[in-house]
Amino acid sequence: MLIGLTGAASGVAVAGEVEIDSGVVGATSDILLSAVDVAKSYSGVPALFDGCIKLRRGSVHALCGGNGAGKSTFLNILVGLHQADGGIVLCKGRAVRYASPAEAFADGIAIITQELSPVLDMTVAENVHLGREPRRASWFVDKRRMISATRSLFERLRMDIDPKARMRSLSVGQIQLVEIAKAIDREGEILIMDEPTSAIGERETDILFEAIRSLQAHGVGIIYVSHRIADIFSIADSYTVLRDGRFVETGAVANIDRQRLISLIVGRSLSDHEKRPATARGEVMFAAKGFSRGNSFRDIDIDVARGEIVGLYGLLGSGRSEFVNAVYGNEPKDSGEVFVEGRRVDIRTPADALRCGMAIVTEDRKETGLVLTSSVRTNISIAALRRFSRFGAIVGRREVAAVDRQIAHFAIKTASREVPVMRLSGGNQQKVVFARCVETAPRILICDEPTRGIDEGAKRDVYAFLASFAAKGNAVLLISSEVTEILANADRIIVFRRGRIAGELRASTATQQSLVHLAG
Amino acid sequence: MSTPNASVEARTPRFPAQARWQAIGRFISGYGIVLSLIIMVVFLAFASESFLSVVNLMNILRQVSINGIMAMGMTFVILTAGIDLSIGSTLAIAGVVSGRLVIGDDPLSPILAILAGILTGSLFGSINGALIARLRVPPFVATLGMMSMARGATLLYSGGRPTPELSADFLWLGQGFLLGIPVPVIVFAAVFLVSWIVLRFSVYGRWVYAVGGNPRSAKTSGINVDAVVFSVYVVMGALAGLAGPILAARTTTALPQAGLGYELDAIAAVVIGGTSLTGGVGSVANTLIGTLIIGVMNNGLDLMGVSSYYQQIVKGAIIVLAVLIDHSRRKNP
Repeated sequence: MLIGLTGAASGVAVAGEVEIDSGVVGATSDILLSAVDVAKSYSGVPALFDGCIKLRRGSVHALCGGNGAGKSTFLNILVGLHQADGGIVLCKGRAVRYASPAEAFADGIAIITQELSPVLDMTVAENVHLGREPRRASWFVDKRRMISATRSLFERLRMDIDPKARMRSLSVGQIQLVEIAKAIDREGEILIMDEPTSAIGERETDILFEAIRSLQAHGVGIIYVSHRIADIFSIADSYTVLRDGRFVETGAVANIDRQRLISLIVGRSLSDHEKRPATARGEVMFAAKGFSRGNSFRDIDIDVARGEIVGLYGLLGSGRSEFVNAVYGNEPKDSGEVFVEGRRVDIRTPADALRCGMAIVTEDRKETGLVLTSSVRTNISIAALRRFSRFGAIVGRREVAAVDRQIAHFAIKTASREVPVMRLSGGNQQKVVFARCVETAPRILICDEPTRGIDEGAKRDVYAFLASFAAKGNAVLLISSEVTEILANADRIIVFRRGRIAGELRASTATQQSLVHLAG
Repeated sequence: MSTPNASVEARTPRFPAQARWQAIGRFISGYGIVLSLIIMVVFLAFASESFLSVVNLMNILRQVSINGIMAMGMTFVILTAGIDLSIGSTLAIAGVVSGRLVIGDDPLSPILAILAGILTGSLFGSINGALIARLRVPPFVATLGMMSMARGATLLYSGGRPTPELSADFLWLGQGFLLGIPVPVIVFAAVFLVSWIVLRFSVYGRWVYAVGGNPRSAKTSGINVDAVVFSVYVVMGALAGLAGPILAARTTTALPQAGLGYELDAIAAVVIGGTSLTGGVGSVANTLIGTLIIGVMNNGLDLMGVSSYYQQIVKGAIIVLAVLIDHSRRKNP
């Protein structure tokens, strides 16, 4: 028995009503892209068994699934980055097997990936037109036309960005928007967006959704991948769920609710988020006083009690990440003092912070978190090598034992501890970052967006870890731009706005509205 | 609600033959450099009668030892995504400094002379390191400048003249044998062994890889990134400072023009070995193979009577080929 997608005419497939669809091969013109039973293995390890999707013209189709569900593999095949071992892909009714992204692109398939590739020292307009600059006398770049074209593109997409600005001067969220505009401007008929909102704030998300709707109206088909369930319900009209490399279900978003979608993705039912039980014990464990740096943040005073999780909420660029990195010694500060258990400590470098029992999970695991080219083992032990060494020589036995313990503790999915971290999925990479922090035996843990870009299952593992870590009498600073996440996992929430503390709320009484209100 | 599906479980890979070829391809690219060394050796064993003789093999090892010593240091530097173009000049000044200590009626002990060479090399290395780690001068530029400055210093110090008539004890370092093995080969082996142990089993070695792989992550993990970057140039300088006296002893004269272009040979050995110029990936074992490939190739072409002009062309082609293979390996993990 094979799972097939129902034909275009019969509408939406309902799980359970499985039917073999012979109409797939001769798809109607309404279908932009359809894939059936796409399979792929890497080094003999299957990553995808039967990837199926059917993308209709003018539709936003959410591709959902946890880490290791096979989404990235599936997308890579659709855009020609990797080649399938088996299965059928039809683009506008024609069977295709792309050997390169360029071939897919020629067929009108464009992708916006999680990893951005802007040229930071060029202007916004130059980036948008990279590789297809408008010419004058066939040799020279027509700058004026390039800028005016970019301006009108942004107007159409309602993005407020200066085409003449250098990319470097933009915020991460703005860069993401430019990259999206760039893909849109290439006028593909099929647009694949892989986690487009993971790095941008709420305001930019609204702008993005606006742009997506206008594309939709022009008949573009969009495959939308996101871990943010809320995104899917606000923008997508249909969904396909993959789990563990297998097709699970497809249907219309109108016919499914949040609870059921999440349970499809994680494969088990999920109770609604509860407030965490308070484990705070009163006495102050960690305090930062009078932290300021230029325009980034000013007069920040924060304390965390033993056993407490304090949430830092704020929009992108509100200064929360800059603040914690200054506390940790990763970035400079103009002023500010740190107290650990009432004693003033001098933190100038991350090494000082580690010595004081602090550890940080940075915002971007690929840029600042992991040594991607090194093994899981090296990445887990790197911050705590002193414990595994004698006279500068590593005692391999002790290190390996500790690393294996962490791999088991965090249930990190990896073929072996010697595999380079870059081969792991996002959630597993993030678990490696956590394992490294834990290995340093910290008492104060700073987590900057610890669940960005990882799936529901891995998220819940992270939350469970934070709760148990705090319950042991440690202090946690949790930064998140997801309101529900911070409400469910912090005891107290401090809201940042434009580099200052805008207010403080108890998680038990705070509401989503109150948080968003304070931050905006 | 998920849909259980038994037939999917039983599905096997669709093209087993293709999978097998992919596996073979992976093996070749993974062990490509070792394989190509073996192929070269087997080929030359048939092509030339004298190739496999003990005398010739020792000869090869002696010829590669100077480049090998420097290539070990270069591996440290390249692992941090750096480069050192000044080592040919550093080698020359270290050779002249130690050579001057072992002439005349009362020559210094060769061990002390070599120490003087190593110290000289470390000094130049630490200037490189300070420029790069402290003042953030790009490694290429800093060491390009040092290449010229150190060469000028050598010529100034030596008056542009060779230093001949080095003491017999000192010459033993380059020409002598210990247990039937040429002394430079023993030094090279020792340098390799220590480098290998340091990079593989020491905390410092882990730091070098981490700094090269992702300096920001290394910093967050409490590693003093600047100190590590500084240190690899000192290590490199020290090894060039060790190679200088040995080369002087081998050629019986300390020449101020010694070591011209040696930095490129060292880089070639590292690159042929497959160490990534972007940092974080590679090992001195790879560099050892790279060094041997260059040595065996030069020797083999010599034995077959091929002009040394061709040798340069072949060496260049091998460098490019090595990087190509390395690239394809990275693309298809």
